[in-house]
Amino acid sequence: MDSGPDKLAIAIPWARGLLGLRNPVLAASGTFGYGVEYMPYGDLAKLGAFVTKGISLRPMPGNPLPRVAETPCGLLNSIGLQNCGVERFISEYLPCLPDKGVKVIANIYAHNLEEFAELAGILSAETKLAALEVNISCPNVEAGGLLFGQDPQSAGQVTAAVKKRSGTLPVIVKLTPNVTDISEIAKACADSGADMISCVNTLSAMAVDVRSRKPLLGKGIGGLSGAAIKPVALRCVWQVARAVSIPVIGIGGINTAEDILEFILVGAWAVQVGTANFSGPDMIFRLPTELASRMDELGIASLESFRGSLQM
Amino acid sequence: MLTITDCSVLKAAPLGDRQASKFFLLRLNAPGWTAEEWRPGQFVMVRPVAWESDLPLPRPFSICEVNKEELGLFFQVMGKGTARLGTLRAGDTVRVLGPLGNFFAMEADRPTLMLAGGMGLAPFLGYAHRHPKPQNLSLLFGHRPALDSYPFERLRGLGLLKNYHEQKPGDLRIFLQAVDESIQDNARRNGLILACGPMPFLRAVRDMGKKYGASIQISMENRMACGIGACQACVVKPFVEGGSADRPLPPVFRQGLPVPVCTCGPVFWADTVDLD
Ligand SMILES: Cc1cc2nc3c(=O)[nH]c(=O)nc-3n(C[C@H](O)[C@H](O)[C@H](O)COP(=O)(O)OP(=O)(O)OC[C@H]3O[C@@H](n4cnc5c(N)ncnc54)[C@H](O)[C@@H]3O)c2cc1C
Ligand SMILES: Cc1cc2nc3c(=O)[nH]c(=O)nc-3n(C[C@H](O)[C@H](O)[C@H](O)COP(=O)(O)O)c2cc1C
Repeated sequence: MDSGPDKLAIAIPWARGLLGLRNPVLAASGTFGYGVEYMPYGDLAKLGAFVTKGISLRPMPGNPLPRVAETPCGLLNSIGLQNCGVERFISEYLPCLPDKGVKVIANIYAHNLEEFAELAGILSAETKLAALEVNISCPNVEAGGLLFGQDPQSAGQVTAAVKKRSGTLPVIVKLTPNVTDISEIAKACADSGADMISCVNTLSAMAVDVRSRKPLLGKGIGGLSGAAIKPVALRCVWQVARAVSIPVIGIGGINTAEDILEFILVGAWAVQVGTANFSGPDMIFRLPTELASRMDELGIASLESFRGSLQM
Repeated sequence: MLTITDCSVLKAAPLGDRQASKFFLLRLNAPGWTAEEWRPGQFVMVRPVAWESDLPLPRPFSICEVNKEELGLFFQVMGKGTARLGTLRAGDTVRVLGPLGNFFAMEADRPTLMLAGGMGLAPFLGYAHRHPKPQNLSLLFGHRPALDSYPFERLRGLGLLKNYHEQKPGDLRIFLQAVDESIQDNARRNGLILACGPMPFLRAVRDMGKKYGASIQISMENRMACGIGACQACVVKPFVEGGSADRPLPPVFRQGLPVPVCTCGPVFWADTVDLD
């Protein structure tokens, strides 16, 4: 079996050990389905890992159409977390994935602490999972609708609630960039036991049509992703990596090997590729090899030595 | 079969008014699909390799024609992406993902009525070419731009071929009247009806079909991102009740969630999805 470029292998430290990944290229939540959709286009085992579509306790029907709109260098979406619920994820999708070699990270989403804890409890029993990623870009219903991820205290509480039930799975907390001070949120999560931080989720955004005088998305406001947000994401990863000692996974606008290196340069251990998967479903499978050659070209000996080596 | 093929452009040929045409036949080097590997009604996602991250999404188009040498797509310039596709030159490379989605029913001996509104004509070229007995096919085509904007003359040997040019208010009513009569006639002969076009047209066709108890398939064009059922952008709400012994509802319909048009469609039996 081709083990991929060896120098890309990483072992991300967390409270109970190391999360070993073949390479730092992960597929981002919501852009990679449940993995099975991409199996015709590449070997999932060639990726560092993939993150599932956000999973909630019960199935969710999602938002009104249109749910996507292309914007310059970007994509606006309001899918509304349509998903089949945790039960069907476990009974229908998880069994379709290969038993060995594929690292699956379950992305979870809920509206209150109890549901978050329950989801973590259910998924922690699944041996096919490598980690949990907690989407805290969701309204905290009990706290009047502010996003969990927009308030340090709520962010800390979700982290603690999930950690309590996550068993032997590392917990990655995924931050929203729609905050005044992302470091503060990251610290709250780290202090509450988060094993890793991933950032960023989409940027709150809007697009309108002057002819119809309507928003391009059925829901009006949506989340912006793609190349357009890369500078924002880099800034966030840079700030978070300096604020906390736990590993950070960079997300936002990654299309090329060079983009990946930019995130590693500002301190990321690994990255997630989202919107670029829509440009072509085979695209992400080429990135590890391209990353290795780009490192050679630039004379970067190892990811370890390059990580966080930004000169200010 | 799901494939990604880098196809080189033979020509982006403008139709109709050559100076200012907004209609193109995009002729690509054949991706090498055999007849078993694609069916009329399926579509492809197309993205020129030269597009950088400024246009992240590929564009969906019905498969219009396929032969040994060429894959032909027929498109109208609507926005940024299609405008750029219209400027493609011979030798440019386009990444083609597909054939995607499901396809129209085809029964050689069953009277089949094709109803096309505007760009909805595209899949019916391939359908007519593939049909073993084209004399059993009828096509009614309603359009606003001039007829020579469309590859209409490439349709040959059909039992009935008729276009309705909508030039003034009231013309649309004449077209829909003809559609209504043909649906009634087709239903009486226990035929099959296929429709492709703008949503208001599809709704009208569905309503007429209901009136006469006709068997109608419609092809939908929701906004898509991935094209492979991963992102849940292009969904439609299916009816959980319905279907029949000869055409049972797909099992995913029973789960009560909207289903992606890209993988569960783009073709649906008109009475199984919520078009409103
Ligand atoms: C299954 C399917 C088959 C299609 N077949 C054809 C065909 O054979 N010929 C043809 O001319 N057109 C067809 N369309 C519509 C075609 O995809 C759009 O006109 C085209 O994507 C517009 O792109 P744009 O960049 O010019 O427009 P923009 O408005 O700049 O596009 C922005 C985004 O919206 C999407 N979009 C815009 N209009 C539509 C639309 N009407 N339907 C779906 N997505 C849209 C684009 O794909 C893009 O993601 C089809 C659509 C689908 C879903
Ligand atoms: C269509 C779509 C759906 C998404 N769904 C989720 C989701 O369910 N959970 C989540 O945590 N993030 C979700 N995201 C956010 C992405 O995982 C990622 O954080 C964001 O898109 C930025 O990365 P990118 O620029 O590479 O796309 C979604 C993004 C898109 C475009």
